[in-house]
Amino acid sequence: MAQVTVIEAIRSALDEEMAADDRVFILGEDVEAGGVFRVTEGLAAKYPGRLIDSPLAESSIIGITIGAAHYGLRPVAEIQFADFIHAGFDHMASEASRWCYRTKGDAFLPMVVRTPWGGGVHGGQHHSQSIEAYYTHLPGIKVVAPSFPSDYRSLLKAAIADPNPVLFLEHKRTYRLIKQEAGEPGETVIGRSRVTRKGSDLTIFAYGLMLHESLAAADELAAEGTECTVVDLLTLQPLDVETVLEAAKATGKVLVVHEDTLTGGFGGEIAALIAEHAFEYLDAPIRRVCGPDIPAMPFHHNMESFFMPDRTKIAAAARDLAAY
Amino acid sequence: MTATPRLARKAREAEPDIDQLLDFLYQMQLIRRFEERTGEMYTKGKVRGFLHLYTGQEACAVGALATLQPQDKVVTHYRDHGHAIARGMDPNRVMAELFGRQDGVSGGRGGSMHLYDASIGFLGGYAIVAAHLPLAVGLGLAANMKKENFVTLCVFGDGSVGEGEFHEALNLAVLWNTPVVFFCENNLYGMGVSFQESLSTQVTTLAAAYNMPAVSVDGMDVTAVYRETLKAVEHCRAGKGPYFVEAMTYRYRGHSMADPELYRLKDEVEKYRKRDAIDRLKARLMEGGHLDGAGWEAIVERVEKVVEDSIAFADASPNPPIDTLFRYVTKEPGDA
Ligand SMILES: Cc1ncc(C[n+]2csc(CCOP(=O)(O)OP(=O)(O)O)c2C)c(N)n1
Ligand SMILES: [Mg+2]
Repeated sequence: MAQVTVIEAIRSALDEEMAADDRVFILGEDVEAGGVFRVTEGLAAKYPGRLIDSPLAESSIIGITIGAAHYGLRPVAEIQFADFIHAGFDHMASEASRWCYRTKGDAFLPMVVRTPWGGGVHGGQHHSQSIEAYYTHLPGIKVVAPSFPSDYRSLLKAAIADPNPVLFLEHKRTYRLIKQEAGEPGETVIGRSRVTRKGSDLTIFAYGLMLHESLAAADELAAEGTECTVVDLLTLQPLDVETVLEAAKATGKVLVVHEDTLTGGFGGEIAALIAEHAFEYLDAPIRRVCGPDIPAMPFHHNMESFFMPDRTKIAAAARDLAAY
Repeated sequence: MTATPRLARKAREAEPDIDQLLDFLYQMQLIRRFEERTGEMYTKGKVRGFLHLYTGQEACAVGALATLQPQDKVVTHYRDHGHAIARGMDPNRVMAELFGRQDGVSGGRGGSMHLYDASIGFLGGYAIVAAHLPLAVGLGLAANMKKENFVTLCVFGDGSVGEGEFHEALNLAVLWNTPVVFFCENNLYGMGVSFQESLSTQVTTLAAAYNMPAVSVDGMDVTAVYRETLKAVEHCRAGKGPYFVEAMTYRYRGHSMADPELYRLKDEVEKYRKRDAIDRLKARLMEGGHLDGAGWEAIVERVEKVVEDSIAFADASPNPPIDTLFRYVTKEPGDA
């Protein structure tokens, strides 16, 4: 199979799902022409009438997605940047998350909301945000955040097939970062994390761009004789508790990495879970490398670098932890 | 460092006089060249990230902002360099902000889309489309409650009209009689989607439906923009509530620096370039005998100096310090 970027992997997943099921359609801003990141390029010609350009109206894009999903369609909404989703949060929190629950399973919402997230592109305060923690706080919504092309592909296919609302987070710095064989659908499933690298000295948990940075840090440490396990969380909600606890227990030292700001970030959940259920296995306090608690991504690239965790910061924390 | 809003030498007249027209010409040329050079700075890697140029739309910023008084407020969208300069923001500090440097208006924290300078009543460029419309109504409410006679000019693109906040803001502005001029720069496209595909009616019809006086004006004619916006501002200042101005305009460049422009033909761009606001005003002043070749050359030279100085200033400004990034997360006692 050919080597593909994340963009191509996502496009092929959309293409195949649209070919297989004519209930699948795409709704978003500029999607017909391919969208800002060219993800949907070429699909409009192939599937006439099934790429719907919306005016700027994020709240309605998500609300309409709920309505269409409720009535048997399989909408895939695109929010152009994660930063613009907030106007639609109400629909996600107040409707999508509880639709199944309040109807005792009668009604369900096979819908996907795709959105590019994260920093590292000099986008400043309104084009760089991490939004996962708002949504992992909503039981009823699945939150997926892959890092590799093959996982993007199989998880997007799984998300479209899933009868529940899935927030599908695409880190924009991973879009063209690497090429990889696209992988077969079903290789990665929603709700499972993966041990991407195995080592006995400590365990790093990460997702999105930070997974790549963590792997690079692990390489650096390996050269110094410290072996890290790196877990790609892949799905944040529902979390693969079993894999998380096992990986923590196996090394006794845990480092959680994310780009989102520290306080109230998803890393706190991982740390709490391990503290609660694997306390006796720990040989060191749990460490976190996260974005600083400042309210917005600052613009200048030096400031942005200060904000973003990276391999150097991760390696430094891992070194400390290994020496503990 | 504070700047002074460019202002009113005297009470606003319904028709600009020759001096004012010459000043309009200078300002439009300044914004034009500032933007063109900024585009080059982007190509050179001096400006990074997302950059949206304003060339083609200069008459909107210059004509509309010239109607304001020092106490008035401006909020605008992310295509904001032109409005900032027309309001009197120091071009040096605008360019420095685009470079992300310490001497930029926000010390490099904001960048191109998020200019801000309260000292001249420029209360921000906003990159969340339509988010600043309710904010403008809040400013108008504050003006009413504090019994202060300032008008808020709220500038946005045609793309805003699809957002719920647009509708909520217009309705509330009328209900609460707030002194807000809603100024829509209709450049025919929101990114790659034409506004006809985005809107089921006309922009001004919508405004009128909320019971707001609304007018559509040639946004590439600076005098017309000035004239109609002045009516709007005076309406607000007289306590008669909000007013809507739609300025029909055109952006010459792509939406941002990464736009392949597949949604429009080169011919269309050429057609609008023939109606260029700067060319038209220049021709008019020349025909009237108020400007000659040498006079124009003098404007061009003055502009080049300001723009080149701004680049030199930005280049010389240090990178912003990192160790202060935790400052101003919240306002603390003793903060200036
Ligand atoms: C809430 C929100 N949705 C989407 C975007 C992405 N976006 C930025 S500008 C733009 C088009 C806006 O068009 P318009 O308001 O007409 O302004 P113009 O670019 O033409 O000046 C879009 C879709 C955004 N910034 N904010
Ligand atoms: Mg527009």
